[in-house]
Amino acid sequence: MSESMTLPLHMRRAEFDPAAELAAVRDEEGVRKVRTVFGVDGWLITRFADVRAVLGDAERFSNAHQMVFRIPGMPQRTDEEIAELRAGNLLAFDPPEHTRLRRMLTPEFTVRRMRRLEPRIHDIVTEHLDAMERTGPPADLVTDFALPIPSLVICELLGVPYDDRADFQRRSGRMLDLSLPPQERAAASLESRVYMGELVARAKADPGDDLLGMLVREHGEDLTPAELAGIGSLLLLAGHETTSNMLSLGTLALLRNPEQLELLRKEPERIDAAVEELLRWLSIVHSGMTKVTTTDVEVAGQRIPAGEIVICALPAANRDPALAADPDRLDIGRDSLGHVAFGHGVHHCLGAPLARMEMRVAFPALLQRFPGLREAGPEPAFRSFNVVYGLSSFKVAW
Amino acid sequence: MSEEQKPVRIRADRDVCIGAGMCVMTADQIFDQDDDGVVVLLEPEPPAQYADLVRRAVRACPSGALSLVED
Repeated sequence: MSESMTLPLHMRRAEFDPAAELAAVRDEEGVRKVRTVFGVDGWLITRFADVRAVLGDAERFSNAHQMVFRIPGMPQRTDEEIAELRAGNLLAFDPPEHTRLRRMLTPEFTVRRMRRLEPRIHDIVTEHLDAMERTGPPADLVTDFALPIPSLVICELLGVPYDDRADFQRRSGRMLDLSLPPQERAAASLESRVYMGELVARAKADPGDDLLGMLVREHGEDLTPAELAGIGSLLLLAGHETTSNMLSLGTLALLRNPEQLELLRKEPERIDAAVEELLRWLSIVHSGMTKVTTTDVEVAGQRIPAGEIVICALPAANRDPALAADPDRLDIGRDSLGHVAFGHGVHHCLGAPLARMEMRVAFPALLQRFPGLREAGPEPAFRSFNVVYGLSSFKVAW
Repeated sequence: MSEEQKPVRIRADRDVCIGAGMCVMTADQIFDQDDDGVVVLLEPEPPAQYADLVRRAVRACPSGALSLVED
């Protein structure tokens, strides 16, 4: 990683909190012009109401731009190659193209489907707690608990062999690591598509009961092989990197706020509210996709011309006093309804019901199994130069 | 009849719904999802005591598919 790289403003944090200079933008002018990772200027949106308005308006704030392909130093690609690389990536499309893809996937993520998955998630969590107990303390909560549980869940749901995890976890790590040169991230993304393409070909020959099998059976005529690989690649990445960091960072947040931890232990029925509050307070996804204005717009009194990049600072919005009183306090007793940790609008996280289910099972099981859970040192490693905030290692004992 | 006692009238736009399921998680007495994940109103005009719950569901909905019908 190049030491001279400056972390973009919207990604700056002080442990659990958005950096003071980011909160200051929200509390002062609300919108600020910043230099983006694309090497051009963009507009940072920081207030809760403005972020909801921008994310809720796919017509004026478009996802279907191709900024990532114009980063200086990126290999020159033809339009055809770009189309192939975007295919199936729901985050790279606006309605109605986005709607077409999303509609094929929503049946797999209904609340009812998630409830049906719950017993299997319980089993997976129990297996990992058993293994931690057998090996004994200390353990790395990231590699022994937080990462493998959502990885195994998404593998089973999608139809990805769990034995391939070392490879796909390494690829995911490279795709999201913003300290790497863009070419290397793009190469990882391409490798992921190639890998998923092989799984899609296998599913076409013999479709299983998993999500890839369902897509092949029910939409095999409508979806190109590149689209199928793109969908699978996105779901695999999103399915383990996000929940994993919520589990590790969320556990640390509870340990560092012992009165909240105590309250949750005493009143386990608070788990749903606790999960929502951890989502709000941690806001591990810094911004989601950047958007491009399709027309002249005005946000927080600032005129933004058509064709400009807009970035929504989710942690700043979720710590806006307009959303929650005393917003910098972690309080599992509060009502954080409407928070934007999963985004908002048509791109609101498809896997949100799955992530919630994984957390509502995993946190209580961990706390119950190890009543003496504590940090074992050295200091947990917060990871910054990444699309998803979180911990790269977290040693615990019990 | 005072304002407070009127039943709540909900509008659910099934073309706009993205199947996030937030309404079901917020108020499963009133909202459901069909097999495609799209919102279904179990109670299009729930009694007044559900007004707050319905407002919460409308607020939680990410797609803007839900609204309250004001007379």
